[in-house]
Amino acid sequence: MECRIRKKESPEPNILNQASPFPDEVLERVLGMVKSRKDRSSVSLVCKEWYNAERWSRRSVFIGNCYSVSPEILTRRFPNIRSVTLKGKPRFSDFNLVPANWGADIRSWLVVFADKYPLLEELRLKRMTVSDESLEFLALSFPYFKALSLLSCDGFSTDGLAAIATSCKNLTELDIQENGIDDKSGNWLSCFPESFTSLEVLNFANLPNDVNSDALEKLVSRCKSLKTLKVNRSVTLEQLQRLLVRAPQLCELGSGSFSEDDLTAQQYSEIESAFNNCKNLHTLSGLWDPAEQYLPLLYPACTNLTFFNLSYAPLDGDDLAKLLVHCPNLRRLWVVDTVEDKGLEAVGSHCPLLEELRVFPADPFEDEAIGHGVTESGFVALSRGCPRLHYVLYFCRQMTNAAVATVVQNCPDFTHFRLCIMNPGQPDYLTHEPMDEAFGAVVKTCSKLQRLAVSGLLTDLTFEYIGKYAKNLETLSVAFAGSSDWGMECVLRGCPKLRKLEIRDCPFGNAALLSGLERYESMRSLWMSDCKLTMNGCRLLAKEMPRLNVEVIKEEGCYEGPAQRVYVYRSVAGPRRDAPSFVLAHCGPHNARGSGKGSTTWSIVCTMQPYLVCYMRGYFQNL
Amino acid sequence: MGSYETELNLKDTELRLGLPGCDELEKRSCKRSSMELEDSKCKSNVTTSNNVSSDSSTTNEHDSDSVQPAKVQVVGWPPIRSYRKNSLQQKKTEQGDGAGMYVKVSMAGAPYLRKIDLKVYNNYPELLKALENMFKCTFGEYSEREGYNGSEHAPTYEDKDGDWMLVGDVPWNMFMSSCKRLRIVKGSEAKGLSCL
Repeated sequence: MECRIRKKESPEPNILNQASPFPDEVLERVLGMVKSRKDRSSVSLVCKEWYNAERWSRRSVFIGNCYSVSPEILTRRFPNIRSVTLKGKPRFSDFNLVPANWGADIRSWLVVFADKYPLLEELRLKRMTVSDESLEFLALSFPYFKALSLLSCDGFSTDGLAAIATSCKNLTELDIQENGIDDKSGNWLSCFPESFTSLEVLNFANLPNDVNSDALEKLVSRCKSLKTLKVNRSVTLEQLQRLLVRAPQLCELGSGSFSEDDLTAQQYSEIESAFNNCKNLHTLSGLWDPAEQYLPLLYPACTNLTFFNLSYAPLDGDDLAKLLVHCPNLRRLWVVDTVEDKGLEAVGSHCPLLEELRVFPADPFEDEAIGHGVTESGFVALSRGCPRLHYVLYFCRQMTNAAVATVVQNCPDFTHFRLCIMNPGQPDYLTHEPMDEAFGAVVKTCSKLQRLAVSGLLTDLTFEYIGKYAKNLETLSVAFAGSSDWGMECVLRGCPKLRKLEIRDCPFGNAALLSGLERYESMRSLWMSDCKLTMNGCRLLAKEMPRLNVEVIKEEGCYEGPAQRVYVYRSVAGPRRDAPSFVLAHCGPHNARGSGKGSTTWSIVCTMQPYLVCYMRGYFQNL
Repeated sequence: MGSYETELNLKDTELRLGLPGCDELEKRSCKRSSMELEDSKCKSNVTTSNNVSSDSSTTNEHDSDSVQPAKVQVVGWPPIRSYRKNSLQQKKTEQGDGAGMYVKVSMAGAPYLRKIDLKVYNNYPELLKALENMFKCTFGEYSEREGYNGSEHAPTYEDKDGDWMLVGDVPWNMFMSSCKRLRIVKGSEAKGLSCL
């Protein structure tokens, strides 16, 4: 399909633009080949001609905070978009820190897209609210729609999926991950018409209900280009075998339940052979309820495996070790902490190419699980065997400064270091000291560090270290840490590349918040909950920085005092108009550039629910 | 709809220095901050419920691992996505939404395990009858005091905490939600399980 004809914008349309030796169309064609977002951003800043060529040639856009821009502004700048990625709620909404109906609804975007991007092909959403009506609207408004990916979204049910399956004739990708979905029935899968054959990616691992296995088999049979299939837990081993024989070309497989009581020898060997025939598998996941005796079925499929997601398969260390012997090419591994240190030692022994490890807790809320799970020695053993490790997410109940220092010495290339000592404020369990030196070692040694999550008992020293050494840090997550404002000030002052800062339950107050005045416009967002901020501090911030949206989530009826949950983000779209319920007394024609007196007003949003979202809208004297 | 409609315990998100819950925790995690607070530049007008003791600044002395922290429910901690949390819960009870509640049943000496759907039964007598039929054994009369005293076999189950319990002690619904698997033991083994 051709894109919209671009309107000539220069005053003398028939003459080659003097500033550039190329006609616009050529420039567009050349710049159209630039794929990286950052490069495109740089390109658009060179000059006006390049800005225009870039915007006309851009096909995909990524919006990290859906409220930082409006669909109108987006479509005005980029007229030819085919693929949109949108992220909505603050990340802490994943952990129930953001009330329901906070916002980030896709609906208003879809309405504008239906008008301005009729050729839209891809939509990837993370932490957005998506209703069934929106999904139906999507299915009916975009005839060329190909790829839908929903990660950690909420608000929809399988009815919405049925609408997609029914009406999106060219669908290649349906990826439903970890959402708050209302699974009413598995019938949605049967809605794909008989004539539908274009599917390449199907991921419904998230959904608990049975789907019609006959419909699934037929679908898999006729979609010859299917590369990714991730089924849900209700799919049995036996059913999986029938799917595999119909799709030996699969590259990514998510199995269903991996246990079956009545598997005959015949069935066993059929499944074995089905796995054997999948020569292209590089990703394996699912494996719910793994029965130890069936794990060997996977061995032939493991040779080329680069990503093994066992995070729903609570194996013990021995079973993991037996599996990993067959996975020499593993780059990414996700496990449950039932594998314990023994399992991590096995990882160190068998996976020298490992780059990413995530260890999830089997019993995050059980204190009696002390004595189980992984510890600092597993971490160290792992680091010895896997020098290329650069991404770690590690949930544990005990850690020492020395161990972390050793780990980063063995693996100095960490880009993502997320350590979660599950008991808040817990010190080094051997020395009883704070964990400051651990994270100090991390930031001193790992110069490429982009993302850091800290935990354990931490004083301001940790943040001094971070501010001093973590010069490439972009994302920082802090909980139950720090001693005073100084900590947060160090970070805001010292980390030039910081984009996302999320803080909960720390003793950082208004002084710390305001010390970052200069920083927030170069950041995507700041989240602070259960810290020591007050409404006054937030008002001050809003007043000083009119291009920031300063949102406070509060209990009803209290406009003074503590500001319990604060979300600050830059935006060119002004304060959002869709906050829970209705906006009272929204202030008139003033915009961010300000006019009139330097006063602060705020719109208070009244809600039926026990929360208030208060907007701080600052006005600034003309700068 | 969605995973964000879980009850939010507002008390837990009340602004405070330490964690909601016991004193120990408050002392442990906020004592440092409360002491340094006096020197800090922060001029917050927040009221706190901190218990600054008169101990010296070596605050971590009593933070040994012998002091077990009380189990405290903090909203959103540890940071596990709701979806994963729910999956883990599901796993524990081997339960699929709307797909029955199958649990494994084993018996000492039997060559293989069986599975039954607990949802099919409405009370203990029904369940026990079905088990008796399946395994060709008898349980005899249940009494709170004696358990299944006098019978050849007794039904036991593993609960959410991993403990082996005698079937019949707790109300049926409680049993349903905590039973992970069943095991039929010999009468002699069961003696140790009877309530007393």
